[in-house]
Amino acid sequence: MSPPVSNELPLTLAAQQVSVTYPNGHTALSDATFTLTGGTICALVGVNGSGKSTLFKALMGFVTPTAGRVTIADAPVREAQRKGWVAYVPQSEEVDWTFPVSVEDVVMMGRYGYMNFLRTPRPVDREAVTAAIQRVGLSDLRKRQIGELSGGQKKRVFVARALAQQGRIILLDEPFTGVDVKTEEAIVTLLRELRAEGRLILVSTHNLGSVPEFCDQVVLINRTVLACGPTAEVFTAENLSRAFGGALRHFDLSHSTVEAHDGRQVTVLTDDERPLVLGQGGHLEYRDRAAHQKLVDEREAAKTTARDV
Amino acid sequence: MFDHLLEPFRYDYMLTALWVSALIGAVCGLLSGFVTLKGWSLLGDALSHAVVPGVALAALAGLPFSVGAFTSGLLAAAAMSFVKLKTPVREDAVIGVVFTAFFAFGILLISLYPMQIDLKSIIFGNILAISPEDVVQLVAISAVCLLVIALKWRDLLLFSFDPNQARTLGLPVRLLHLTLLLLLSATTVAALQAVGAVLVVAMLITPGATAYLLTDRFGKLLLIGSALGAVTAFGGAYASYFLDGATGGCIVVLQTLCFLLALVFAPRHGLLAARHARRTTGLAGTLTP
Repeated sequence: MSPPVSNELPLTLAAQQVSVTYPNGHTALSDATFTLTGGTICALVGVNGSGKSTLFKALMGFVTPTAGRVTIADAPVREAQRKGWVAYVPQSEEVDWTFPVSVEDVVMMGRYGYMNFLRTPRPVDREAVTAAIQRVGLSDLRKRQIGELSGGQKKRVFVARALAQQGRIILLDEPFTGVDVKTEEAIVTLLRELRAEGRLILVSTHNLGSVPEFCDQVVLINRTVLACGPTAEVFTAENLSRAFGGALRHFDLSHSTVEAHDGRQVTVLTDDERPLVLGQGGHLEYRDRAAHQKLVDEREAAKTTARDV
Repeated sequence: MFDHLLEPFRYDYMLTALWVSALIGAVCGLLSGFVTLKGWSLLGDALSHAVVPGVALAALAGLPFSVGAFTSGLLAAAAMSFVKLKTPVREDAVIGVVFTAFFAFGILLISLYPMQIDLKSIIFGNILAISPEDVVQLVAISAVCLLVIALKWRDLLLFSFDPNQARTLGLPVRLLHLTLLLLLSATTVAALQAVGAVLVVAMLITPGATAYLLTDRFGKLLLIGSALGAVTAFGGAYASYFLDGATGGCIVVLQTLCFLLALVFAPRHGLLAARHARRTTGLAGTLTP
């Protein structure tokens, strides 16, 4: 198994008035500020062109902010990278699936930061790779070329790489695109475990409906940070319409048969895939109340243990 | 009969041509793995043409050819990245514009100023007439390339496959990019003499493309590409003695034959294997109700 991370202090990721202007003069993001601390699953939500991927790149150190700064544990991103703290799970479209590498090879790439000049795997690296592959349930496929996997398996390979790297901040770019419901649930379960270990999980997504089900915090983006904080506070009809403008389908069912039948007022917001449901007065509705309550309890328990430690 | 087959080995110039070809074939074959997987095939083509004005200028100034060729290749690479960064023109168009500009300038120079080198030997190569100094240069370039790849192939692999992960781990991505570009330029210069500017690109692509059909592991791909490069270069140079044909032509024709064989017979990615797989799944399909 990968060594527990929870015995170290949770990391803090902070963006302070980050602005990014590209060489062609386009300002993708201005004055973005937020702070996140480990032991959380946070969604980065915004439409295409909202500066979401720019912010993501700035957090990973791929683009340097033209103003402001990003810090991890109060140090520049580069230092955290050198320690192997930042792990990245790319979008499926970004990966060359025809590349002649096996599942094992890809997961081993998470270990490069710990290896010597020649990057020769040591027994400890092999163990970490085996454990990571086992944890995502791909042990039988470890020798497969990555292109021969299904959509969900492909995604899990890169999650395993982040595990092998023992990343304390894990960034996932659109993890549920092209993934079946079963895999989505498996990944969510895994992310919850990782959160319980004290890791900071940041998920970039445009899939609104799934956010309340597994993210406890949200950063809402539209050219800047519109809102950030606990999901229930950020996911209001007002905030979402500011973030999405006219990009969302808006079904107001107050005059529909829903109300006539049982007196309940429901609003459904969706861009695609899973709808987001807001109740009367704009509070969040969850698909499964019991599962949500369990999540809240877990989160409270985690907070209590964190305080005790 | 046997004597006849050993005949090429009796001439010093043939012996030199054989082992030098094999060496450069091995180095090009090794690099071809990165070139094909990184999608740099067009760039390799561009570099091989862009070295021509450098060779011409070096001849005019009385400098070693390889210095001119190397400088010119790097200038072309720099020009390409500059134009790409500053304009919205697509990358393949940028590469096309820059390398043809360099090539045309080289041809113009050679036609305007008569010099000892002739255009033909730059474009088609002449390994049989290689000078001892050039052999030394070529061995030095090959040794450096082999050493760098032997030490850093895993980093270069990560850089080729997933530059973002390399960056996330704090690897020097720009340096790796530059290293690969320098290796490519240096090898192009070295291989120029063996097969000429036009066919260098084949040496830098075909073995890698062939190996890609034969294996799903990157490490093996590098070894197969390198071995194929060495064997075909040696074989091509050897065959050119009997055919009395251009060495470069013989080498590349041989490499193409290997590629065609792999295309048909490769165990997993070959045409026959694909047909077999289709037939088996087709059968399975009919069996399932």
